Amino acid sequence: MRRTDRDSGFGVRGSGPGGRDSGLGTRGSVRTMLAATLTVLILLAPMGAFAQPQAQPKRIISLVPSVTETLFAMGAGPRVAAVSSYDAFPPEVEKLPRVGALFDPDVERILFLRPDLVIVYGSQTDLKARLQRASIPMYEYRHGSLADVTGSIRDLGVRIGMADAARTLAATVDQAFADIRRRLKGAPRPKTMLVIGREPGSLRAINVSGGFGFLHDLLDLAGGANVFADVKRESMLVSTETVLARSPEVIIELHYSEPPVPASVERERNTWQLLPGVPAVKTHRVHLLYGGELVVPGPRVVITAQTFARALHPDLMPWGK
Amino acid sequence: MTDRDAAAGTSVRRRLLLWVPIFGAVAFLAVIGAPLIGTTPIRLARVFDRSIPFADNVDAQIFFIARLPRALTGALVGSTLAAAGVVFQALLRNPLATPFTLGVSAGSALGAMLAITLRLHLSLFGVSAVTAASFIGSIGAVAIVYALARARHRGFSTNVLLLAGVTLNSFFSALILFVQYLADSSEAMRTMRWLMGDLDVAGYGPILAALPLCVVAFVAFAWLPRALNLLSLDADAAASRGVNVLRVQRVAFFSASMATGAAVSLGGPIGFIGIIVPHLVRLMVGADHRVVLPASALFGAAFLVVCDVLARTAMAPVELPVGIITAVIGGPFFLWLLVRQR
Repeated sequence: MRRTDRDSGFGVRGSGPGGRDSGLGTRGSVRTMLAATLTVLILLAPMGAFAQPQAQPKRIISLVPSVTETLFAMGAGPRVAAVSSYDAFPPEVEKLPRVGALFDPDVERILFLRPDLVIVYGSQTDLKARLQRASIPMYEYRHGSLADVTGSIRDLGVRIGMADAARTLAATVDQAFADIRRRLKGAPRPKTMLVIGREPGSLRAINVSGGFGFLHDLLDLAGGANVFADVKRESMLVSTETVLARSPEVIIELHYSEPPVPASVERERNTWQLLPGVPAVKTHRVHLLYGGELVVPGPRVVITAQTFARALHPDLMPWGK
Repeated sequence: MTDRDAAAGTSVRRRLLLWVPIFGAVAFLAVIGAPLIGTTPIRLARVFDRSIPFADNVDAQIFFIARLPRALTGALVGSTLAAAGVVFQALLRNPLATPFTLGVSAGSALGAMLAITLRLHLSLFGVSAVTAASFIGSIGAVAIVYALARARHRGFSTNVLLLAGVTLNSFFSALILFVQYLADSSEAMRTMRWLMGDLDVAGYGPILAALPLCVVAFVAFAWLPRALNLLSLDADAAASRGVNVLRVQRVAFFSASMATGAAVSLGGPIGFIGIIVPHLVRLMVGADHRVVLPASALFGAAFLVVCDVLARTAMAPVELPVGIITAVIGGPFFLWLLVRQR
């Protein structure tokens, strides 16, 4: 997750809220001097007009579901004032006002809610320009690789003055990943196709994860070798011919909804019987996974990683949580 | 008079005997050749080797499950859209008419969008809910346009038909946007993909479901060409020469619409086939519908099959939507046609 901090340039970590943050207070005077220099530089810079001293934000609006989850997970939930229309987790968001989403942010409502920090997605250029005009601080976020998930948790923690909590959360995630890696050490890595969408009831418009992005990284972590690792794209449409040619040994198919009745899960799984020669179909290793967390690169990636690992290596992964 | 007719008849027969075998051969070669081309090298000897069980014969599976159904779908959709294009151009007396002019494809698209967004998961004989819903949508659009054309006139006004079709097209497009807007991002992505056209049907079920409708339409098309020749010039003149204008118009409208609905529900709204192919064919064989219609059907099959070979090989292993290829070829061609007409 690449991130830049629009309103304050690059001086976030050391400047501004440092004094209130116990984590930063211990870093010594060299750092403080550096921070002071950076602050001066920022104020002198042409963009300095937009840089304001950063108080700990208390009314955060998040337009990015994965960041919303991160905020709640690190204990900043009570400071979240509004969320995007796609937010569904944690359950607390149900009570919060909605302010549009990626393509249709409701600027009027955002302004009305008087936020002191708006979390925007990197591509929302219009929104960014407008918020800047209104001098509302922003935190810019983009999805990236799996490694960026913990990086951006720490980063966000610093930005909202909760560096300690964020570090703890990130460490939990890292630890869970390390645990999975340890369990799967030396295990064979089956050739796996990660399907992120297709037409229900048929094998049309098969959308798979290429060799880039957090889903690919999760598959890698969970001990699977992505059959499309060579294609450096987050997602791609493939034909049935390509599926046959790449002959995956395992197919993991993601459904971002709650699981339907078992009969219809079975029916969807049987759709793959149209390609009986694919090793995964032949050996009954087609796994349909259901859950809203599967596409959200927030702290719940741990659950997704464990679910993948369990599907790929049922004998090596414990059941339960 | 009769002499002239007889002479014209002979000339048509001669052109028919010349061009239909030529286009037939082209279409046949395309359908036979397309499954041989692909990103994965397959060995023909292995494909037809009966000693290897089908379940273990990846070459045969690629040939029979992935490529052959695609080529056949391309041929069916291509010939249907091209022939429907010819019929609509004659019926509406407008050389720029396409099978999608009267809103059939928009109705079809709306049906598909609703099925995707409402997450309909039913499927029957390999035909998914999306395919079924898109066919139902096309029927709905045809019914509305026809009712409008009938309500306005006691007869069958092609002008009203055209206006109703164009209006319905934009109305449905607005509804499609609305449905897409309400969809979540993964569904929106799928609806977009559907609109780009896709011939990878993975099996023969969907083809067999669409085939009867197309066959019925083609039987109707076979009955039409003579009347279309007269109709495309002037409805009154056609009537004075003994053509039951209303009946011909009705048969043309329903058969071409049904064919379009079947083709779109099978392969998505693949644009420009219904206009490029008939015009290219006219440039070669002249304007007589008795030759243009069968030649267009055959050439349309070949054209779409070749476009689909490009679609699956150009950016492999990433699949390129075939609708984009036909549009890239068809858009400039359409403009050229438009300029050339003036």
